[in-house]
Amino acid sequence: MATQHSRSAARLMMTPAVVLLLGWMLVPLIMTLYFSFTDYRPLRGIFDCCVGFENYERFVTSSAFLDSVLTTLIMVGGILAITVIGGILLAILLDQPMWGQGIVRILVIAPFFVMPTVSALVWKNMFMDPVNGVLAHLWRAFGMAPVDWLSQAPLFSIILIVSWQWLPFATLILLTAIQSLDSEQLEASEMDGAPTLKRFWYIILPHLSRAITVVILIQTIFLLSIFAEIFVTTQGSFGTRTLTYLIYQRVLESQNVGLGSAGGIIAVILANIVAIFLMRIVGKNLDT
Amino acid sequence: MARAVTPQRKTLNTIFAWAIGLTIFFPILWTILTSFKTEGTAIANPPVLLFFDWTLENYETVQERSNYMRYLWNSIAIAGGSTILGLIVAVPAAWSMAFVPSKATKNILMWMLSTKMLPAVGVLFPIYLICIQLGLLDSKIALIVILMLINLPIIVWMLYTYFREIPGEILEAGRMDGAGLREEILYILTPMAVPGIASTLLLNFILAWNEAFWTLNLTAVNAAPLTAFIASYSSPEGLFFAKLSAASTMAIAPILILGWFSQKQLVRGLTFGAVK
Repeated sequence: MATQHSRSAARLMMTPAVVLLLGWMLVPLIMTLYFSFTDYRPLRGIFDCCVGFENYERFVTSSAFLDSVLTTLIMVGGILAITVIGGILLAILLDQPMWGQGIVRILVIAPFFVMPTVSALVWKNMFMDPVNGVLAHLWRAFGMAPVDWLSQAPLFSIILIVSWQWLPFATLILLTAIQSLDSEQLEASEMDGAPTLKRFWYIILPHLSRAITVVILIQTIFLLSIFAEIFVTTQGSFGTRTLTYLIYQRVLESQNVGLGSAGGIIAVILANIVAIFLMRIVGKNLDT
Repeated sequence: MARAVTPQRKTLNTIFAWAIGLTIFFPILWTILTSFKTEGTAIANPPVLLFFDWTLENYETVQERSNYMRYLWNSIAIAGGSTILGLIVAVPAAWSMAFVPSKATKNILMWMLSTKMLPAVGVLFPIYLICIQLGLLDSKIALIVILMLINLPIIVWMLYTYFREIPGEILEAGRMDGAGLREEILYILTPMAVPGIASTLLLNFILAWNEAFWTLNLTAVNAAPLTAFIASYSSPEGLFFAKLSAASTMAIAPILILGWFSQKQLVRGLTFGAVK
């Protein structure tokens, strides 16, 4: 039983973390909100406070905005599809009895620990290069013309690179979830003669549903802010400009702070919509 | 209980799983191998996998030309500093939430998690501006503080899920025996909490090491860690495969090794305890 004394001590111990996070959240966000209502272009020395919703109007109505939202959706959707489906299959495979399971697990998980700039550069130069890349060699070996990945299929290439990084994450979490499945249940269904596909559909998949939701939501949060992979490969050209990258370009490259800040606020709102769903799921887990 | 299967089935599983595992690992393996080749061998057609004259010259060149050690030190300082600072702030918070929970605890935890979802790009300019004003642009201190704040929710959550598993009865028994708050923390909780704290430290070090939004945008020369160092190989140096590989290998090797130790904690930490 907590005493009054320990309660106030507890509150005191929580204070630094809460105050720091509150400051981290509020100070820059309020500044961004303020800038979003100004015409602020530091390079040209322009600062005009209070332009109302002009920046929002310009940001939302520009064709770059819609394109970037579409690009973001395709990119995040593509990566999610690849990593979740691939992750489920891989997790089931890795759960089977085999020799050297631990080593295979280590091999599969490795890409997750590679820093984003390294994986982007290695893929861009050593794999996707149309002349000397490994994929070009492979294509030639099968008698096909090598592909210039990053200019012919830039969006797909980035999806591939990022999926390579996140597939291990999905696999690892789904594997952990599968391993917590009651094996007696599976054995019982096996004895009752349930075919493999039915076992997957009616026992494994429902058991994984929560882990799958968690994977989707957490990845979405990280994927919405993909930056380094685009920065290093295409710099946002060839239709790979996501919302994050568009805002980055407005703010730091063209130094149109007002416009970029309006975009930033829109990104925050969109991210919050995703966040609400994640919070519900994690919140439910807290009760149990 | 391991399910019994026929040897044929097991062999098939093994072959299939190893093939996929090696394919996924191949880019890393290829990078490591290429780092020991000469530039000529690195772009040889057809490519050579293992049988070439192994050389260390790329590692020497990378170190000489770009002072790899400085970037390495910056990475260690930023990742280590932010993790340790984060633990100092988070341990008391997580401790109090786990052992003296109140009605607000759940809300505070959820709110902390929500700050993690703030898109970084939305606050890029204000942070940039604040750093300039404080003279902290391209400084390690700014990055240590920022990465600490980004990872703080994860640190608090991870510690919270670990601390919550420490049975409360032990504490009560300790209190009955007359242990004060100080003794309680020092002799009962600390030994039980150390494994959880160590896992948290490991995972957050990895996350901070690989962070590539703030480190790319807030550093130039002095404070640039390995993420920025590699990004500078984008072009035209990136076309020198062997040197790029050597630089990449040095940037990922420490974390790859640490990462393999932290697989289990990774699941727990990154799903905020939702999957264990």
